Amino acid sequence: MNAYQEFRMIGSRPVRPDGLDKVTGRARYGADLNMQGQLYGHVVRSPHAHAVIRSIDCSKALAMEGVLAVMTGQDLVEPGNQMLGSGEGAMALKDVVPMVMSQGKVLFHSQAVAAVAATSPELAAQAAQAVEVVYDVLPAVTDVHKALAADAPILHDDRFPDGYPEEPTNLATHISLTVGDPDAAFEKAEVVIEQNYSVPMCHQGYIEPHACVARADAAGRVELWCCTQGHFTVRHYTSAVTGIDLGKIKVTASEIGGGFGGKTTVYLEPLAVILAQKSGRPVKMVMDRGDVFRATGPAPGAETKVKLGATRDGKLIAADVECLMDSGAYNGNPAGIPAFMATACYKLTDARSTGRSVYTNKPKIHAYRAPSIPQVTLGFELAITELAAELGMDPIEFRLLNAVEEGDANMMGAPYNRIGLRECLEVARNHAHYKSAVAEGAGRGVAMGYWINAGMQSSATLNVIADGHVAILTGSPDIGGSRASMALMASEVLGIPFEHIHPKVAATDAVGHTDLTGGSRTTLATGQAVIQAAEQCVAEMCRRAAAEWDVEAGVVTWSQGAAHYGDQSLTFEELASRAGAMGGPLTFSSSLTSTSTAPGFGVHICDAEVDKETGRTTITRYTAIQDAGKAIHPDYVEGQMQGGAVQGIGWALNEEYLYNADGVLENPGFLDYRIPVASDLPFIDAVIVEVPNPLHPFGVKGVGEVPIVPPMPAIAEAVYQSTGVRFRDLPLNPPKIVAALASN
Amino acid sequence: MNKPLNKMAVQATINGESTAFLCSPGQVLAEVLRDELELIGTKIGCNTGDCGACSVLVDDRLVCSCLVLAAEVEGKSVQTVEGVANGGELHPVQQKLLEHGGLQCGICTPGVVIAAKALLEHNPDPTEEQARYWLAGNLCRCTGYDKIIRAVLDAAKTMRGEAA
Repeated sequence: MNAYQEFRMIGSRPVRPDGLDKVTGRARYGADLNMQGQLYGHVVRSPHAHAVIRSIDCSKALAMEGVLAVMTGQDLVEPGNQMLGSGEGAMALKDVVPMVMSQGKVLFHSQAVAAVAATSPELAAQAAQAVEVVYDVLPAVTDVHKALAADAPILHDDRFPDGYPEEPTNLATHISLTVGDPDAAFEKAEVVIEQNYSVPMCHQGYIEPHACVARADAAGRVELWCCTQGHFTVRHYTSAVTGIDLGKIKVTASEIGGGFGGKTTVYLEPLAVILAQKSGRPVKMVMDRGDVFRATGPAPGAETKVKLGATRDGKLIAADVECLMDSGAYNGNPAGIPAFMATACYKLTDARSTGRSVYTNKPKIHAYRAPSIPQVTLGFELAITELAAELGMDPIEFRLLNAVEEGDANMMGAPYNRIGLRECLEVARNHAHYKSAVAEGAGRGVAMGYWINAGMQSSATLNVIADGHVAILTGSPDIGGSRASMALMASEVLGIPFEHIHPKVAATDAVGHTDLTGGSRTTLATGQAVIQAAEQCVAEMCRRAAAEWDVEAGVVTWSQGAAHYGDQSLTFEELASRAGAMGGPLTFSSSLTSTSTAPGFGVHICDAEVDKETGRTTITRYTAIQDAGKAIHPDYVEGQMQGGAVQGIGWALNEEYLYNADGVLENPGFLDYRIPVASDLPFIDAVIVEVPNPLHPFGVKGVGEVPIVPPMPAIAEAVYQSTGVRFRDLPLNPPKIVAALASN
Repeated sequence: MNKPLNKMAVQATINGESTAFLCSPGQVLAEVLRDELELIGTKIGCNTGDCGACSVLVDDRLVCSCLVLAAEVEGKSVQTVEGVANGGELHPVQQKLLEHGGLQCGICTPGVVIAAKALLEHNPDPTEEQARYWLAGNLCRCTGYDKIIRAVLDAAKTMRGEAA
């Protein structure tokens, strides 16, 4: 039972507090701050995808007038096996440091090898060219199968996955899980299908390139301004990579121009800090768009083999999923999540799930919205659709027969709490889109998706201002409207107007530790910290009112933004203005570690039409249905659903990393790496379903990750229905479709 | 090899104000707006004219300011996102973007504001398709464009004096 059942503000759509600055150009993003006397950093990057660095000579660069500092990987710590962070987001320091700068060996093209700081960007670029690096070039491997071949060049001769003998291979991780007895279950199955599917490596494609400014003082203190999904994470990683004490680093998060998981680590920040220390001047660094594509974590490409078994009457009884993922040059741990979550939408008591990841000469992969789940879901959901067709069943009916509900367990073992998958499927089945006839020449696909929505650590501080306004500080960078959600939640509890609440993303020295904005956790966990701080405020105001009226605190009630007892009342504004005389300033903090999960599910319906001559696929109608638990600000819930769906559309139809034989990325720009534009798309109908999360006072679940999960299988099915040709390898770009239609 | 940086003096009207600035011959307008004139509302997402975040109007023509040399605006009029609102009064495009939630991270928003304003000056009653094609040069990775297009069409209605 949720603590709050009826809402005054939650579910309304006020204008976001940070909106005015953003439509007028005043909001400051990563590259929008300049410090007095700042230098400009420039990174020297490897022209080879695989090489040993024999020497780096920075002397000519340093001798140039206006060049004040140079650095190489030797200026960073020598990493051991220590882990940064915890849980799914944990990364070994040895997998973070080389993504900042290489130390001796280059494992992907454009990997940073040195950096310079100079008085102008032009000078810094010239100085970077004057850095002399001698390489012993090695053969590169960018294909996962070639990387696993016996004669493959080995990227790491000192890494061996658990359970493997100590002979070097490019296998990064191998995880296998089994529940029940899948082999016996397949014996009983009356219909079995087995297919292979693949999804290419792609990039998060945030529009704002990485950018930061660093300043260091003589006492060893460091200040960083940067665009990030987690400034506490930046502080932690920068400390670990540079060896500077955590307590001496302050990080301020700028406004952030998109991240989608890609801004949950450090690239430039430690370099700017070291160059600032060496030069004694502030150093600004902004990444070039090409380098964003070439040298920051893309999402892994994956191949998935799916075997499913069902009874004739439509009960899914066995599954075997094998996912082979590209890790890039270091261990980005992409294989664990699909192994655990591949089957999460289905009642399956007998299943096996295997994930492997492989080192290749590409940048280390990084999180991208529901990390690794869209890749495995393309295979699993398309196989489900193929199985339903084989059984002659409607794809939604088949899913309704087999969808998980409260009490069912997934591969992770713990039973689900109150989840909303079946409700979403019911809404989909009854939606006008699904009931409408498919236009002639078009096709329709349906698919569903899951994300775990974990809570983690969050903090919030609430300061009451003397005129009855409230400032709220949190440590969660606002990537898509979360300040509006925080203000709505505080307004709900306090009973004061939304416009009187001023939410702010505070720097690392101004609010308690907060984990990064990601995993659809911010509205859930940081929101809960805000609710708790607001509840403390209400309790204290009631206590003060009780003291004023000389009654027990327990008899005072709070409603409509005021304390009440009998016919007496004291408003929030009165209590705020008299705070000094009634017990002192009103300030409240709440910090929490949320260990529960709030699984989110969605169902998407896609109509697509393929031009048989040009191979171009047009999405003609799209509906995204999702259980949000409780939508705090529906505009931004719908926005997440629409934006996630469109990212999935881009990945399904176009987006793909193209490497040449030397391991050089051939499409490192928005012209050749084409993300969806406005004219590619229809309106995306977003339907919010609300099945409250019983573990949250308002019922909130996370929203952001799920909507990128269903699009690829939904679109692949729609293209099949439109063309009659079954595609199992993405992207479904025009050349691939034209070639396939021609050969049929 | 360190030649002194030659600077050119340029005189232009920026957001209605007569402005003089110094730039090097190779410097693009986007950089000068941001770094010399502190008009940081103009964003640089790609520097190759592909993302539209640096959209500005030069003599009422919609351009990517990363593809225009600063020296080219000599004697011309430049409008950036900072010049769109009339004092404290937002342009209908700005107001409708806020009301429709037509932004998430907001990095593309200045470019969208400029491009949409140019559209509505050019075509006061665009169809959905016309709005989508006009804004095809402004990449947004967050919203899927749904609420942006709705906001622009709604702003057009407001500007035509029709009830929403």
